[in-house]
Amino acid sequence: MNLTLKVWRQAGPESEGGIHTYQVDGVSEDMSFLEMLDILNEQLNEQGEEPVAFDHDCREGICGSCSLMIDGYAHGPEVTTTCQLHMRSFSDGQTITIEPWRAEAFPVVKDLVVDRGAFDRIIQAGGYISANTGSAPEANSVPAQRDKAMRAFNVATCIGCGACVAACPNGSASLFLGAKITHLGELPQGQPERNQRVLGMTAQHDEEGFGGCTNIGECTAACPKGIPLDVISQLNKDYRTALRAKS
Amino acid sequence: MATTTRSPAKAKAAQAKKAKSPRTTILLKLTMAVSGLIFIGYVLAHMYGNLKAFAGPESFNGYAEHLRELGEPLLPHEGFLWIARAVLLLSLVVHVASAIVLWRRAGKARPVKYVVTKNRNSSFSSHWMRWGGITILLFLIWHLLNFSFGKVNVKTGETGSAAGDPYTVMVQSFEVWWLTAIYLVAMVALALHLHHGTWSAAQTLGLTGTAKARRTAKAAGGVLAVVVAGGFALIPLSVLLGIIEK
Amino acid sequence: MAGSTLHDGLTPLNGPSTQTSDDAHGYYTPGEPIVDPVAPTGPIADRWTTRRFENRLVNPANRRKLTVIIVGTGLAGGAAAATLGEAGYNVKSFCYQDSPRRAHSIAAQGGINAAKNYKEDGDSTFRLFYDTVKGGDYRSRESNVYRLAEVSANIIDQCVAQGVPFARDYGGLLDNRSFGGVQVSRTFYARGQTGQQLLIGAYQAMERQVAAGTVQQFTRHEMLELVVVDGKARGIIARDLVTGEIETHLADAVVLASGGYGNVFFLSTNAMNSNVTAAWRAHRKGAYMANPCYTQIHPTCIPVSGEHQSKLTLMSESLRNDGRIWVPKNREDCDKDPRDIPEEDRDYYLERIYPSFGNLVPRDIASRQAKNVCDEGRGVGPMVGDFRRGVYLDFADAIERLGEDAVREKYDNLFDMYERITGENPYQVPMRIYPAVHYVMGGLWVDYHLQSNVPGLFVTGEANFSDHGANRLGASALMQGLADGYFVLPNTIRDFLADGPFEPIDESHPEVVAARTSVEDRVAKLLSIGGTRSADSFHRELGHIMWEYCGMERSEDGLRKAIDMIRELKAAFWSDLRVLGTGDNLNQSLEKAGRVADFIELGELMCIDALNRRESCGGHFRAESQTDEGEALRHDDEFSYVAAWEWGGDEGQPTLHKEDLIYTAIEMKQRSYK
Repeated sequence: MNLTLKVWRQAGPESEGGIHTYQVDGVSEDMSFLEMLDILNEQLNEQGEEPVAFDHDCREGICGSCSLMIDGYAHGPEVTTTCQLHMRSFSDGQTITIEPWRAEAFPVVKDLVVDRGAFDRIIQAGGYISANTGSAPEANSVPAQRDKAMRAFNVATCIGCGACVAACPNGSASLFLGAKITHLGELPQGQPERNQRVLGMTAQHDEEGFGGCTNIGECTAACPKGIPLDVISQLNKDYRTALRAKS
Repeated sequence: MATTTRSPAKAKAAQAKKAKSPRTTILLKLTMAVSGLIFIGYVLAHMYGNLKAFAGPESFNGYAEHLRELGEPLLPHEGFLWIARAVLLLSLVVHVASAIVLWRRAGKARPVKYVVTKNRNSSFSSHWMRWGGITILLFLIWHLLNFSFGKVNVKTGETGSAAGDPYTVMVQSFEVWWLTAIYLVAMVALALHLHHGTWSAAQTLGLTGTAKARRTAKAAGGVLAVVVAGGFALIPLSVLLGIIEK
Repeated sequence: MAGSTLHDGLTPLNGPSTQTSDDAHGYYTPGEPIVDPVAPTGPIADRWTTRRFENRLVNPANRRKLTVIIVGTGLAGGAAAATLGEAGYNVKSFCYQDSPRRAHSIAAQGGINAAKNYKEDGDSTFRLFYDTVKGGDYRSRESNVYRLAEVSANIIDQCVAQGVPFARDYGGLLDNRSFGGVQVSRTFYARGQTGQQLLIGAYQAMERQVAAGTVQQFTRHEMLELVVVDGKARGIIARDLVTGEIETHLADAVVLASGGYGNVFFLSTNAMNSNVTAAWRAHRKGAYMANPCYTQIHPTCIPVSGEHQSKLTLMSESLRNDGRIWVPKNREDCDKDPRDIPEEDRDYYLERIYPSFGNLVPRDIASRQAKNVCDEGRGVGPMVGDFRRGVYLDFADAIERLGEDAVREKYDNLFDMYERITGENPYQVPMRIYPAVHYVMGGLWVDYHLQSNVPGLFVTGEANFSDHGANRLGASALMQGLADGYFVLPNTIRDFLADGPFEPIDESHPEVVAARTSVEDRVAKLLSIGGTRSADSFHRELGHIMWEYCGMERSEDGLRKAIDMIRELKAAFWSDLRVLGTGDNLNQSLEKAGRVADFIELGELMCIDALNRRESCGGHFRAESQTDEGEALRHDDEFSYVAAWEWGGDEGQPTLHKEDLIYTAIEMKQRSYK
């Protein structure tokens, strides 16, 4: 299939960016979206134009590096990561617009690459259980209720890609935040720090410049790991509990 | 020992800045949820009162009068009314103020817009909250001028007590087509606002942790939207159709 | 693998006695034999405990004066950064990704082994040790492997305490499964995302230390050179991938936890940017590279669909617990709908050849047999080149036996992934699988303390060679990464650091300046060649050579040919490369070019190592060394050693140092899974 790509190109964080249009021909529908971009880049390299920068690494949908806004959808029209999106989801002759994630907290580094360091800093603000190496008790000494452990696992599958932020009209990272709060809050080991965790992480979320949640649900609809919206409810509840405990 | 060559521009290390923002977005959202729930209670009561119009002028006017006497003798005359007004005013101020702060934060959170954006899942009502809120606010101002503070009988042009008893003012007002139109537009805005707002408040209050609770909250939003907006709209429509007349 | 499955009376086997072969003659310089200078002695079960006690301590007040650089933030690097940070050392952590959480450990699916014996099915530290040594085909060090088995139980405790959501049974206790050719259930798992959950645990522990100020995190930084001063590793030269700035970072010790080099094959299950550069630069600075040809080919990957393929996707081999592997008995059936092929026309070849292990034979055997049936023309799926490269992995029986829901609960994410990539629904149509490069057992040579032959340079996780011998058991990579990071390195590096803080070095020290200049020159060189071909095209070509001649089956002629081809490729690379853009900002082509340059050099060494090792052993099969039945044949009399290669200069030959492997706790036996 032949495609027209409209790609956001930006030389650096401070530079002006804009949409450039490229033609890519001979794309197979078994290719992944990123393999299609590989072809574009190979083509650009031959033509003497610098290849398009985009984040990618594992290409199997788990590292969370890839981060493209494709035709107005975070990670494209299917609900998956960009690397797991295949060209069979597009049709011959289609024009596809490719943009970076847009958020104040995710500044553009170059072309389609953004800086998601804000997520690391949110984790630093409490997204952990303090358990120094060597201090752990025997693993089976504390049973964890199975359904809670399963919920914890389901939300711990978050890959930190930032699609929730990209898709949210408010640029909020509440789904990312809620997933971590729920993951650690559902486990017995996560209880001692539960209150300070939610207060610290929430404050850092705001400090980074993410917007507030309006419970619209675009985040969960875009999430390649299907993190459900109820983690935000959990986040709010934990936050309320923590505020009460503090006062 | 450790030496590092790094440009000063990169002094902004990976370390988290100690965040201390007292009015977090969640706190603001909580404020909005609580004040929103107060409004839900208010509009339900208000609608109930309006429906008294179907029982005739005495019932309707009596209800209006009864509100002034509510709580007596524990409260002074109109005491309840003033307390209610104070609570509502406070709710309005914090609801609107929080909304403005959050709207601005949301705007700042995405300074560069997408060239192409599409929605995947979200309802129309959820995207209409802010503009719908403004619509309702404008209507509210007009509505208070019309029926409470100004007491304007739009049809006769009389104001104050000369405008007539509440029932008269209401019926005559709704005989004016453009006033009815404004009113109905506002009810659509209110319905949309309630539809998403009810669910959103439940979510913000952390009441929607289970699938069942989520379904209930969403259903409650739908029911409230239809009942409240529909209940309010019945009056002008009935006036228009001549079911209620002077 | 329980000893009882071995043929009784099987005596230690050595290959048919031949004269010492020297296939690689002319490609290398024989060097002095080496020994592990800190190898422990005494009863094997006491060695680690004794060593932990003997290793010197570092006064807590001194720790913050000691700087440790850790390159890589996967399980080995992330866990080490967190642990050393908690201990109070001044840690500087580097990764090329935009966040430590994205290191490729995250992609490990199946699970992590630990000798907890929760199932009371006969597991023990010794059995895990025994299985690992045997699985590695007696090419690993006993003491190291025993230690690995010993600390495995602590890893699970540690991870649970951090909030890793392992699978649990209805009583709320941890669940286990049997995995990858092992007859006890010792594998802990978090559905098919165990690596992700363990890495997130290590990452969070590390971020906690970043917040505490003990760990400094340098993301989007790539190590491009090791700084060696007076024979000691004293720092690294790194490039800030965003600004292009070449930075000097000096320290008291350097830890490489930079992962494996499977991407030398271009197509592998490694992440696209996984590379050998950190390890290779250290090798060029004197660190020995051990057993570089030891590559693991994973049997359960999604087959290649065409020439555009950029990487291969693994599916956890836990799938082999319930799926049955088969191909049609007749070639004519290969393009039929598999569901229309009757039972009697199917060849469940693993169950047929290995009745006792069936579909759970070790990875190398499963891989090689898949290649064999495809070479016979009985492969399935699309034609790639002249062959169909795929075999069926069928869940029809499992679905009938357990029900679709039970299968879904165990494997849904894997099935979803398969469907997303291939467009076929594996609940209805059998999956197609084919082997792919997955892991390398080879890596930088280290002693019992995980220290390389360059003092102050420590190597952990997949980047070192130490624990898996010639083949790695399933669910043991995660175990080794975390064992090294949480429990081993922190207890060995302190013995080295106890002599510190070392004499401060200045950035103007001639060795430091030389290292930095060499990096700057190299970057400038890559940018200025001005040829016609992208780095990717060279990489793809290298991958073809390696897969063809240094993959699952190797031969003397093939390897010689490969070495010639790689040398030509290297010359072409340095004269015809085209890297556009500049060096002062994010330039992914430039990053890639540097990595490919190192892969090319590594590829040559791998072929020389493979040429030298004229035996079939563990993950690799030498055509010249097989039994009458066509099974792998080891030669313990000749090759029971670690091949540690010393860099011989750009124009010179590598030097081979042999470290003999001595077994005292376990008797060497020829593997048999029949």
